[in-house]
Amino acid sequence: MISDALKVQLTGHCGHYPSRRVGLIFVMQKLQEHYGGWLPEEAIREAAEISGVPETEVEGVATFYNWFFREPAGRHIIVVCDSISCYLCGCDRIAANLERKLGIKLGETTPDGMFTLLPVVCLGNCDKAPSIMVDDELYGPVTADMIDEIIEKTASETHGTRRAHDERNRPV
Amino acid sequence: MAQGVRTMSEIVLFKNIQKNGPELFPAGAAAIPACGYDDYVKNGGYQGARKALKMAPLEVQQVVKDSGLRGRGGAGFPTGMKWSFVPMDFKGQKYLICNCDEMEPGTFKDRALVYGDPHQLIESMIIAAYAMQMTQGFIFIRCEYRKGARILEQAAAEALNHGWLGKNIQSSGFDFHLDVHLSAGRYICGEETALLNSLEGKRANPRSKPPFPQVYGFLGSPTIVNNVETLCNLPHILARGAQWHKSLGLNGNAGTKIMGASGRVKNPGLWELPLGTPMREVLNEHAGGPSRGKSFKTVIPGGLSTPMMTPDQFDTPLDFDSVAKAGSRLGTACLIAFDEDDCMVAATANIMKFYMRESCGFCTPCREGIPWIYETVKAIAEGKGEEGDLAVLDDMARHIFHTFCAFAPGAQGPLLSAITTFRHEFEFLIQKSQCHTAGGAS
Ligand SMILES: Cc1cc2nc3c(=O)[nH]c(=O)nc-3n(C[C@H](O)[C@H](O)[C@H](O)COP(=O)(O)O)c2cc1C
Ligand code: FES
Repeated sequence: MISDALKVQLTGHCGHYPSRRVGLIFVMQKLQEHYGGWLPEEAIREAAEISGVPETEVEGVATFYNWFFREPAGRHIIVVCDSISCYLCGCDRIAANLERKLGIKLGETTPDGMFTLLPVVCLGNCDKAPSIMVDDELYGPVTADMIDEIIEKTASETHGTRRAHDERNRPV
Repeated sequence: MAQGVRTMSEIVLFKNIQKNGPELFPAGAAAIPACGYDDYVKNGGYQGARKALKMAPLEVQQVVKDSGLRGRGGAGFPTGMKWSFVPMDFKGQKYLICNCDEMEPGTFKDRALVYGDPHQLIESMIIAAYAMQMTQGFIFIRCEYRKGARILEQAAAEALNHGWLGKNIQSSGFDFHLDVHLSAGRYICGEETALLNSLEGKRANPRSKPPFPQVYGFLGSPTIVNNVETLCNLPHILARGAQWHKSLGLNGNAGTKIMGASGRVKNPGLWELPLGTPMREVLNEHAGGPSRGKSFKTVIPGGLSTPMMTPDQFDTPLDFDSVAKAGSRLGTACLIAFDEDDCMVAATANIMKFYMRESCGFCTPCREGIPWIYETVKAIAEGKGEEGDLAVLDDMARHIFHTFCAFAPGAQGPLLSAITTFRHEFEFLIQKSQCHTAGGAS
């Protein structure tokens, strides 16, 4: 459940537009942040109530965009660009290295809930291919050697509570 | 990147970004500090907007028309003409939207403009908004550029403090409110009508045109969607004049263009060059030639959705009309280079995977056709191709474009050119079950 304060803030945000629906994506981003990086049923219901959009359509929006998650995601999201320039510069090797290091496949989350590994389209960093993004940080050109370092650095920054992590991962 | 080369063109859009060092983007564009308000103003910033606010809105539109500016989002549509379709007598709210979705693979120019010089974009939007009397603007920015969104929000707050946004801008009587909208992902959001649906809180399915957004856009109101780079030209055009802008390009082309190169080049990067600079110059002088001591095999000139060009075409001037005449499109002018050791079948499989994943699924030829094409190309690349596969690809490639938007035609561009120009590679793989380059991709 969300706090009354957050509800008031999000409701106010929607009211700012000629159509409440315009605020929906923002509302869902904030709810995802609140629920620790994904949108449970409850969040879909709340987004519907706040924006005045039917629940089924909120679900449609949640499943359309790749930065909305309908199941729990890791504390850290690692996305690996597999578009053309990174492909030419060896992104398959980088993805394979990450899979080995984390012990999961692309599309999966580590059992400890720390990392989710996903493919992504061109990160707009093609002159620094291959590129990856870890939470808000962009890396490129990434070499196999850098991967251990990046993972360790990211993991070591995860201290304390989920809340601390959520603060750092604020989407805006 | 040789210092001398850059002086060939007047540096306009990158003027506040270049002073950050001899190399344009030393540790990735994200690492350069954005040019702040004071530096921006010291460097002549907000002079264009100041001038515009003293002119009549239609005069501003006329200057933009006279400047010859064409859209940098890919299609090259004349900006002044696009603006002129906005009904100026419309009584309600009209909207200005900046398209910063930049997800076209191989394209990384708008990132540099947003992360490096956010006030340039804000000033640009003030000018465009004033010219069409639009009092609400949005910057639609892709989710992966969230740091850029924060940079823009900070710059917008500074602009507001200095009376450049909000009510009664610089005591001109003109109001302009600007919101930064952080997207939630998907390439299709860059298509302007899909973008409008996304901004309205819907799935980003494109709309059929007509009606065009200029008349019926965001929430059914007149709306202009312009690319970041298109907009960023405006302050300079206003400050220095339409004729000056026209004189910047080569062979009658107007303005500079941010050109990029990635893939198999020695020095990948971005350069601001006169529109009409030959492709060979970008590849060899600016990007330093091929990276692995091999020769170039092909170049995709303007982001992934443009047909491949071959070395015999490298003298083509990079401007909208010349590249079109050569059978491709200038697109975003960010070149993707391949060398002779690259397997074009495997590369085509990678390209088709992108379109398969990013199709919004609305139109059947796109939703069903592209996965079929991908599976076929992938099978060939893996040595499992069959007699008749090329006929299937030929047929599919000629039909997938019967769709609502330009996404499927975008997939068609590289596909058709690959199966035409590199047909021998497909045939070799089908017959011998191995790539003629032996190594395949990287
Ligand atoms: C599939 C698809 C994706 C697009 N992506 C972008 C984009 O990321 N950025 C952009 O400026 N234009 C993009 N466009 C072009 C826009 O639809 C639109 O033409 C452009 O923003 C107009 O701006 P301009 O007139 O300033 O060039 C895309 C078009 C298609 C068909
Ligand atoms: S292709 Fe990977 S960042 Fe552009």
